[in-house]
Amino acid sequence: MAVPQKPVEGQLLEGGVPAGRAAPAVIAPGHTFESVTDKISGIVLTKRTPIGWFIGFAVAFAFLMLLNLTIGHLLMTGIGIWGNNVPVGWAFDIINFVWWIGIGHAGTLISAILLLFRQQWRTSINRFAEAMTLFAVACAAMFPLLHTGRPWLAAYWLLPYPNTMGLWPQFRSPLIWDVFAVTTYFTVSLLFWFTGLVPDLATLRDRAQSRAAKVIFGVLSLGWRGSARHWQNYEVAYLLLAGISTPLVLSVHSVVSFDFAVSVLPGWHATIFPPYFVAGAIYSGFAMVMTLAVPLRKFYGLEDFITMRHIHNMTKVMLVTGMIVAYGYGQEAFFAWYSANPYEGYMMLNRMTGPYAPLYWSLIAINAGMIQLFWFRRVRDNVVLLFILSLFVNVGMWLERFIIIVTSLHRDFLPSSWDIYQPTRWDFAMFTGTIGLFLSLFFLFIRFLPAIAIFEMRTIVPEAKLQPEQRG
Amino acid sequence: MPQIFGRSANTLARASLVGLLLMAGGLIGLLMVLGRSSYVTRAQEFVEQPIQFSHLHHVGDDGIDCRYCHTSVETSSFAGIPPTKTCMNCHSQIWSSAPILEPVRASFREDRPLRWIRVHDLPDFVYFNHSIHLKKGMGCETCHGRVDEMPLMRQENSLLMEWCLDCHRAPEQFVRPRSEVFTMGYRPQVPQSVIGPQLVEEYGIQSLTSCSTCHR
Repeated sequence: MAVPQKPVEGQLLEGGVPAGRAAPAVIAPGHTFESVTDKISGIVLTKRTPIGWFIGFAVAFAFLMLLNLTIGHLLMTGIGIWGNNVPVGWAFDIINFVWWIGIGHAGTLISAILLLFRQQWRTSINRFAEAMTLFAVACAAMFPLLHTGRPWLAAYWLLPYPNTMGLWPQFRSPLIWDVFAVTTYFTVSLLFWFTGLVPDLATLRDRAQSRAAKVIFGVLSLGWRGSARHWQNYEVAYLLLAGISTPLVLSVHSVVSFDFAVSVLPGWHATIFPPYFVAGAIYSGFAMVMTLAVPLRKFYGLEDFITMRHIHNMTKVMLVTGMIVAYGYGQEAFFAWYSANPYEGYMMLNRMTGPYAPLYWSLIAINAGMIQLFWFRRVRDNVVLLFILSLFVNVGMWLERFIIIVTSLHRDFLPSSWDIYQPTRWDFAMFTGTIGLFLSLFFLFIRFLPAIAIFEMRTIVPEAKLQPEQRG
Repeated sequence: MPQIFGRSANTLARASLVGLLLMAGGLIGLLMVLGRSSYVTRAQEFVEQPIQFSHLHHVGDDGIDCRYCHTSVETSSFAGIPPTKTCMNCHSQIWSSAPILEPVRASFREDRPLRWIRVHDLPDFVYFNHSIHLKKGMGCETCHGRVDEMPLMRQENSLLMEWCLDCHRAPEQFVRPRSEVFTMGYRPQVPQSVIGPQLVEEYGIQSLTSCSTCHR
């Protein structure tokens, strides 16, 4: 394997741009077809699992067990174990749902929209971002199902099928739109992810040493031989799936925002909700990709593949979408005043000065204030700082959902129904439990599947560019 | 490198896709059929009672009116199960020493009610009222079937919610004149499509399908 060379400061790159100022490459120089395949498939096919993987997985798994315990207690006792009360009928169950679903959006954006826009930098991060989407949607789906208290009955509450009651779900309810949006999203994301995996699974099949690995990867790779016809079909299928996924980036979180916007509650009934939610989703999703990418590239030595170019671009996407979100906050406050509606006005005043004001100002500080740091190149170059900031963004977006949901509900139209919402330890157990589920799945994913698309990485190494004399 | 899979693997892979679809479809279909089957709904099942009382004999052969025993059917939500005294009105005179009727006599002697097993058992979250159904021209037979032909009582219909709604959504298909409510084997003299809407109009029958009609 050739030793990758770093461009020297001051040296002129192609096009006369000084190396120090140019955008870093999407793959470190010096890589060949073989070195890419060796590096990525080596993570999966190695016989020695890094000790750090075991430690990380053990921690994540412990939280997954906490989730199991919580669900068990929830099913035995009922949703009374949560802090939900009468005006605040929805709390952690919908906050966490929106938070997780939002996180998933970055994966789809990276895999579909950036593919259609031919953004080469998506190549290194799309695979694990898509996996993140799937796991995030799985975590999200737990909350609406479990908040019914009896999820085994949820089939007929949620899905339209000819049941023995002669009833259909309420099609005018955004909650049913949610079911369709989320199931479509999960199905398409799964297909997209798996289709993209097939050529890599075949690579792993061919390189695997053990019989079991050969058979498992062999079955999963669906008989892929890499013939021209296979590639032709693959490209068509992948593009079609990208086309199907693209509207989902916008539609899924728009539908999620309808859960609020369609109701007539002050603070929810706003036309800005769909775009504001979509921007927030992409913002939080990129923060999660960053949270995952930084340790991944560090511990697996993938700095050559997930380069500073990716880190910079992700930071810029966070900056743009974060600014849209901040604009949304401004609009909410503006319309609370401009509407001249006393309830809207009170809602905003209560957010800013009421019992949850510290949370409101924290989210403003993070999502409108802190992200201004992303303007600075020095910040964008500091990976450790970006990791910490991305965790803050995750927290900030969670707080946003908390504020939207709880402050609008806890001050009902009638002061006699006002109450304070306080989450219980089971609320937190369930939330951290889903983080455990998410991380457990992610640890399994990076151990057993190629976290970076091998064959796509091979298309961006210099070797892949045809020389004039070779074109014939 | 040796092949991992034999030649049949391709066919197997394709067949398993079809199989998966068929299995999923079959399973869903099975659940739908099972949920409506008498295995689940207990329809058409004879129920063992303390005494094998025959409606066939008492209604069909003797022509006793439903209300002789089910006295509160026109005024109450519950049709009423007769006390042992109602049985003894006749059975103190006829078949007064028949061995099959010993539990009835014992109940009367010891002043201990007979423990009949409920055949038409609606879930507790359903509020059903007999009297209003009779007032609006719903015959006993419509729900309970030809009781005069049942040697042992059985549940004639599924009692599934979709079965209730069949009528609540289209009462004109089942309504009959009030005078015919207790008739067994009723046949409308003019076609139901003519008399049904007339009776709906006359009795002021509403198609009540809001949740709280039955679930309060």
